[in-house]
Amino acid sequence: MAISDVATFAHLSDSDVEALGREFDEIRRDIEEARGAKDAAYIRRLIYIQRRLMVAGRLTLFASMYPPAWVAGTGMLAIGKILENMEIGHNVMHGQFDWMNDPEIHSGTWEWDTTCPASQWKHSHNFLHHTFTNVVGKDNDVGYGILRVTRDQKWHPANLGQPVYNALLALLFEWGVALHDLDIERIRKREKDPQELKRQLKEIWRKVRKQVGKDYVIFPLLSGPAFATTLTANATANLIRNLWSYMIIFCGHFPDGAEKFTEEELEDETKAEWYLRQLLGSANFEGSRLLHILAGSLGYQIEHHLFPDLPCNRYPEIAERVKALCEKYDLPYTTGPLYRQYGQVFRTIMKLTLPTKADPNEMQPLNESQPLRGAKRPSRDELRAYGGPLPPQAAVA
Amino acid sequence: MPSTTTTPTTPLTTLKERGRALTGTQKLATAALGASAAVVGATALEVKRRLLQGDVSLVPNADLVRSVAARMTTPLLPDDYLHMLNPLWSAREIRGKIVELIPETEDAATLVIKTGWGFATDYQPGQYIGIGVSIDGKWHWRSYSISSEPSEGRRQRSGGTITITVKAMPEGFMSAHLVRGLEPGTIVRLALPQGDFVLPDPPPPKILFWTGGSGITPVMSMLRTMHRRDTIPDVVHIHSAPNRGQAIFRDERLKLAEAHPTLRMVENFDDEDGILEVSRIEEICPDWRERQTWVCGPAPMLDAAEKHWQQAKLAKSLHIERFSAQLSEAAEGGHVTFAVSGKEVDLDGATTLLEAGEAEGIDMPFGCRMGICHSCIVPLKKGLVKDLRNGAEYQQNQSVQTCVTAAAGDCVLEI
Repeated sequence: MAISDVATFAHLSDSDVEALGREFDEIRRDIEEARGAKDAAYIRRLIYIQRRLMVAGRLTLFASMYPPAWVAGTGMLAIGKILENMEIGHNVMHGQFDWMNDPEIHSGTWEWDTTCPASQWKHSHNFLHHTFTNVVGKDNDVGYGILRVTRDQKWHPANLGQPVYNALLALLFEWGVALHDLDIERIRKREKDPQELKRQLKEIWRKVRKQVGKDYVIFPLLSGPAFATTLTANATANLIRNLWSYMIIFCGHFPDGAEKFTEEELEDETKAEWYLRQLLGSANFEGSRLLHILAGSLGYQIEHHLFPDLPCNRYPEIAERVKALCEKYDLPYTTGPLYRQYGQVFRTIMKLTLPTKADPNEMQPLNESQPLRGAKRPSRDELRAYGGPLPPQAAVA
Repeated sequence: MPSTTTTPTTPLTTLKERGRALTGTQKLATAALGASAAVVGATALEVKRRLLQGDVSLVPNADLVRSVAARMTTPLLPDDYLHMLNPLWSAREIRGKIVELIPETEDAATLVIKTGWGFATDYQPGQYIGIGVSIDGKWHWRSYSISSEPSEGRRQRSGGTITITVKAMPEGFMSAHLVRGLEPGTIVRLALPQGDFVLPDPPPPKILFWTGGSGITPVMSMLRTMHRRDTIPDVVHIHSAPNRGQAIFRDERLKLAEAHPTLRMVENFDDEDGILEVSRIEEICPDWRERQTWVCGPAPMLDAAEKHWQQAKLAKSLHIERFSAQLSEAAEGGHVTFAVSGKEVDLDGATTLLEAGEAEGIDMPFGCRMGICHSCIVPLKKGLVKDLRNGAEYQQNQSVQTCVTAAAGDCVLEI
């Protein structure tokens, strides 16, 4: 059941919520003050490792007709792409390293190694998802417009196909992300401005052409006799990256314990309540340092949602402080091993394939005059109240 | 020259524009990345060496190969990989390497900088460059006049050097860092030479240079240029310094004056002679009215010169390099200019730049409006802004989040 008032849900008084908000602000200030050479060195080193991996992977694949070279090259490429998309691209595009004042590692200029254009990602993810996190009808990341991941989304016969959609999304994740900002829901309801749609499609097409050209035309051709094996290696590396990022990203907000919210929650929401919503709506997972880096620090989803633009290498130390606050204020801190978190997600998706039985204790009847499923994306005026979408012409150059 | 508030780079130049900064040779060498992948055994280094020797047979169609190379490295540029082999091999952000630090006086030093790709060393004597240095993980930018003379007759290839001469200012953490905190081998960032405080070619027949302190640097570039061409016209150079020990380039200037009878060097040491008032120009150089004059030094000296020449109705023959010496103190609010849309507005210290821009009808990019999504970033060209959440200050040449920052003094935004 989606939450309409975070404070009531968390059994906190208004003054407790404000006090908690101040504690989160303090964490932010401390980290902002502390960040420096160490953080810059972290991201630089990662970028260097990632680029070396890409070069080594590409070179190895010139010999991809030999199976060991195919395996090694594919592995290096897959890890290189995972690092680039997750720990580097995603975090740099959040502005986590903008303070370095380095145009080469800046949210305004970074373009990542996937088919999704950075500008569209920053709109659908940094702005819509991170601002309206888990608000059913406002945050398109709740089910990505094609999956029913919470009972708060009304069942539709089309949901019978969920197991198939889910599998396809996992395999083709990169392409799902590329189309995400088009907002399928709005297109279906014919609310999308055709000019805007055309502009976005053109932008995606330009990016897709380059990405596909590199992986499926240029490098296979350069490999000469190893054309076919380089092609399959590149496709496999992209596939591995797709499956991995799908799994990690689905563990952010869909495991048990990650709450959803109604649009009423957004009314007059304070900064402190916003923090609380981020905390309640996100789920972490546990693992080694290496796992966390490969996961783009999204195992610290809670910390990431509280402080999306603080450097990701600081999340482990932030997590200690957030956990302590959760204990102090008696708040849930959702986490678990990766396999369990994903297991819960998978179970939920399978379960919600079928209509949910009415359970008077759990399900409140939805307000039929304002069905949540397919709720309208906010108008410009509505968005102004919370912030709004990036005007297309102002998309960051 | 003192550090300045005018910095000549825009941080968010698009990749494409940066890519165009390459010279022909560099294009070839970049294209070598493509070739090096295809030509087994040819390392990029070897390819570059051969290219520099003029062997272009390796790359039959450089533009084609370069564009293929960029297709291979997309979404990055070939330069993003090449600078891992040699830090100077990237024109995306122009780089330089400190090769030598020459102490000039007890608080001034000359930095000899080997310039990387994309840096044209056919600058005009008197121009300045932007130099960016990473201090505690963050790039800080200042502008300094070039003190070396430009290479002539051909565009200098990468591997050329320039020098800047920096005086450590008492409160200037950047100038102190440049003079004392750098090691040879340090990689710095550079912005292309600019400025119109330059010596024309050919120089006018009668010249007066009046310099104070580190204001000598652009004029030194002019003197060295004329010396190298061995055509020093009728030049009077008046230089003020606190004392002999702090007079930058003194030995070289005296030698130049010895070698060229047409160059008259006048020195003023403030500790002995008192500060050189503009009224004394008349006695030192009676024919100052007939001379094209270049003045560079501390602000009061420039103000005095400007006034003096204006009163004589000779403003046209006066050339001034005005560097506002240090960043102004943070103020509450200020005059904000939106450079691209051409709007200007006076703001208090509590109105965010985003609100102000929107009120002016500018199509400001925006997102969460609470400082977390970075959708609203806009380059700050000049001035100082303050983060309303924590009081952090941001200087020019950075991108700032307009939804949580307010003007802290006059500033210019590039939107």
